[in-house]
Amino acid sequence: MLSFVTKNRFLPVWLLGLCLLPALASATPPVGSDAFAQAVERLQVKSYKEREAAVAALISSQDERVKPVLEAMLNARLFYTKKDKITVIGIKTKDGFSITGVLDQKSLGNASKSQLKKIKVNNKLRRILRAGIAALTLSDPAPEVRLSAVKQMYGKLGNAGIQILTTHFETETDSKVREEIQTLLHIHDLSSDDRNTVLKAVAALSKSLHPEVRNKLELLKDSTDQEISAASGDALKHIQEQLAFYAKVKTAFFGLSLGSVLVLAAIGLAITFGVMGVINMAHGELIMLGAYTTYVIQQLMPQYIGMSLLVAIPAAFLVSGAVGILIERLVIRHLYGRPLETLLATFGISLILQQTVRTIFSPLNRSVETPQWMSGFLEINPALSLTYNRLYIILFCLLVFAVLFLVIKKTSLGLSVRAVSQNRAMARAMGIRASRVDALTFGLGSGIAGIAGVALSQITNVGPNMGQDYIIDSFMVVVFGGVGNLWGTLIGGFSLGIANKFMEPWAGAVLAKILVLVFIILFIQKRPRGLFPQKGRVN
Amino acid sequence: MKTKFMHMLGGVLFCLLLLPVQVYAKGDTIKIGVLHSLSGTMAISETTLKDTMLMLIEQQNKKGGLLGKKLEAVVVDPASDWPLFAEKTRELIAQEKVDAIFGCWTSVSRKSVLPVVEELNGLLFYPVQYEGEESSRNVFYTGAAPNQQAIPAVDYLMNEIEVKRWVLAGTDYVYPRTTNKILKSYLIAKGVDEKDIMINYTPFGHSDWQNIVADIKKFGSAGKKTAVVSTINGDANVPFYKELGNQGVSSEDIPVIAFSVGEEELSGMDTKPLVGHLAAWNYFMSVENKQNEEFINTWHDFIKDKKRTTNDPMEAHVIGFNMWVKAVEKAGTTDVDKVIDAMVGIEVPNLTGGTAKMLKNHHLTKPVLIGEIQEDGQFEVVWQTDAEVPGDAWSDYLEGSKDLVSDWTAPINCGNYNLKQKKCLAAK
Repeated sequence: MLSFVTKNRFLPVWLLGLCLLPALASATPPVGSDAFAQAVERLQVKSYKEREAAVAALISSQDERVKPVLEAMLNARLFYTKKDKITVIGIKTKDGFSITGVLDQKSLGNASKSQLKKIKVNNKLRRILRAGIAALTLSDPAPEVRLSAVKQMYGKLGNAGIQILTTHFETETDSKVREEIQTLLHIHDLSSDDRNTVLKAVAALSKSLHPEVRNKLELLKDSTDQEISAASGDALKHIQEQLAFYAKVKTAFFGLSLGSVLVLAAIGLAITFGVMGVINMAHGELIMLGAYTTYVIQQLMPQYIGMSLLVAIPAAFLVSGAVGILIERLVIRHLYGRPLETLLATFGISLILQQTVRTIFSPLNRSVETPQWMSGFLEINPALSLTYNRLYIILFCLLVFAVLFLVIKKTSLGLSVRAVSQNRAMARAMGIRASRVDALTFGLGSGIAGIAGVALSQITNVGPNMGQDYIIDSFMVVVFGGVGNLWGTLIGGFSLGIANKFMEPWAGAVLAKILVLVFIILFIQKRPRGLFPQKGRVN
Repeated sequence: MKTKFMHMLGGVLFCLLLLPVQVYAKGDTIKIGVLHSLSGTMAISETTLKDTMLMLIEQQNKKGGLLGKKLEAVVVDPASDWPLFAEKTRELIAQEKVDAIFGCWTSVSRKSVLPVVEELNGLLFYPVQYEGEESSRNVFYTGAAPNQQAIPAVDYLMNEIEVKRWVLAGTDYVYPRTTNKILKSYLIAKGVDEKDIMINYTPFGHSDWQNIVADIKKFGSAGKKTAVVSTINGDANVPFYKELGNQGVSSEDIPVIAFSVGEEELSGMDTKPLVGHLAAWNYFMSVENKQNEEFINTWHDFIKDKKRTTNDPMEAHVIGFNMWVKAVEKAGTTDVDKVIDAMVGIEVPNLTGGTAKMLKNHHLTKPVLIGEIQEDGQFEVVWQTDAEVPGDAWSDYLEGSKDLVSDWTAPINCGNYNLKQKKCLAAK
């Protein structure tokens, strides 16, 4: 409770906080916590400007309860009760919030949404809050936490921040954190008036890829001081070479990730269209069903967003697979060998599925939440960071491909599928129930489409039209890769993705897409059976 | 391939035939056409507006109808198919003989309806924000013109947030292209260097934003405050904001201000990565006053779902409908010519506590609000104009349209009157 710790560097701010206290705050109670109570109450004001001042007072109150308050405020969890004007932290429950008083930290039970008023924040406040939290987090025992706190401070450092960092640097033990702080301090030194300090900082930063370093060096290059100008020019050249390299790596990653999405969307089609020869225009809608399954599962288990995604994978496979089998049994079965009729019929089915979803779930998009472990990015260096959701999707795509490949090559189902697709009459003569295999194959392809839907729900919107966005791309990949070949689909998808991403920066998104299509048309003229031609169903 | 597509086309047409046309009971009634897509891509936005119209008509009937007659809604489904919009309009005016049509969402659907309403002398209320550069005697534009949304939004960023570098990102079609053209010349007129403006277009439903977001991030790391002005169309927004969040671009560093993201769109998104980003509209559901509260309650009762949101185009329909009712009462008839004349100058309260007035150019006066997205999918108003802004059909910042005005009252009676040459450029 006794949190009144005086640190010299805070004294001026702290004194300011003291001035703001009304006269009745006598000297006897611990001033720090009283200043805290005052500041907390001031958070309830209407104007953003005054709330900013209240947050500043809060930070300078040096109370140990400050950090949770700031965090709650940043995450929109700080409220005050409409009746008694008590500031509380609310945690969402099923029918309202369970609230805890900020001052006494006692639970006040449950409150409904209408009894509470949120203490709102805007972007400026968010910035202040984040910097405040970062400064308070510097004393955290875990080095990773301290590291991310230091990273938070880029671009938000005032003179006060520099002082905090300098003091902290002396006691910091972790080498990574030390390095990061050093970079920050050096960046600050770049704008120093003393030319030796500047030169030293330029030398130290010549390997840093941080954008702020680049901007500052860019300015220094035009400096009147010959030596500084030359040194920063050299450093800048080196940095730019590095950046150009990492930019290429990044584009390649983007390409791989787009490719993995294409492969995921197309791989189910590679089975139904490639192996069975059915032009299934409802393929996109089977993907959509998978995405909606994810949504439904998330609604069923709202507490476990991360788990729900894992549950959704088999569920989506079953739902889309079952729908696929139904389509095959009811419609496609009667149309084998008549591709045009199949195309029309499945197009009709796609419209039926869309409108059904629209009727059941409304035409509005549904929001599928991204679990914590899939958001954010993996920072390799300041110039190269890979987003987690894309990384997972690439891995997931390879996994799905591997499993499917094993199923086709190693299981008895796979054997029958290959047998029927190569020579139906002979397979039947050998005792394979061809029509059952047809249904199962179609179900397998559709189920894989459902799994693709689970992955896509994490990167795009889930709505009745989402399938249409992927149907053309899917056919493109399958045709390009070579009908009837899983490897072709994999390689085809990845190469189209990478080609698209490398073209995008100079051609623009619209033109890049057109160019890819033109390229495929030309390619198909030259090699009508795609990248990896294979003998399909014997005609 | 060609035959495949012909067959596909055939399939589409066949399916469209199957879609039912809802027509309500006939009798001595005043008919109102509701022309909103209930299927296809645009159903996501337009279905709500159909429901809004049905609600308004039901309410008016409870009050005893209009001119002693009951109102009757004629709902048709143009199925997000632009030529079908024109056909359905013809059907509404020529066969159903409706007295007014409330409808359209996309600019291209409005452009396809325009010649038909002009030819048959119909009456169209268009409720969505649009790019301007158009004026028709038969159309009342109840949504925002660019000077009622885009320009004030840029002013806000420039003056309050002190933004120095601008990314204008949009979907590749007429509304973003025209809006960005206007914004670019506005920014340059305000002294922004061309190097500090980045313009980017993406196809409809674009879902892979990795490159573009990386570019924006790079563009924004040049040491000057950067903001994105987004005219990205509905469906492409989710992957866009998700990518921003994943690449660590926060609203504090590079805020995105959107002109097409409203409460309805947010209800279908995971709002976590969007918190703090901005939108500019003329109405927000979160605005607290009595009219709005009443409207939201009526809407919830009508739709029987407490979770449904209200949004800007809905307010536009409310204003448009109330104005039309007033004009018909004033004119004493539903005759289109008389109603058009009666419309100008009519004032009705809007839902944000002000007044909407119908101007001579068939646009409204509207307040402009800037809101920050909150985690609950609502907007928190952070700034608004002091007074209502009059809508301007012809932008003052584009060559060729800055001398034009639209005035549908005597003596000018012209949609594109050139102030310098003092003559009407006439029928276009």
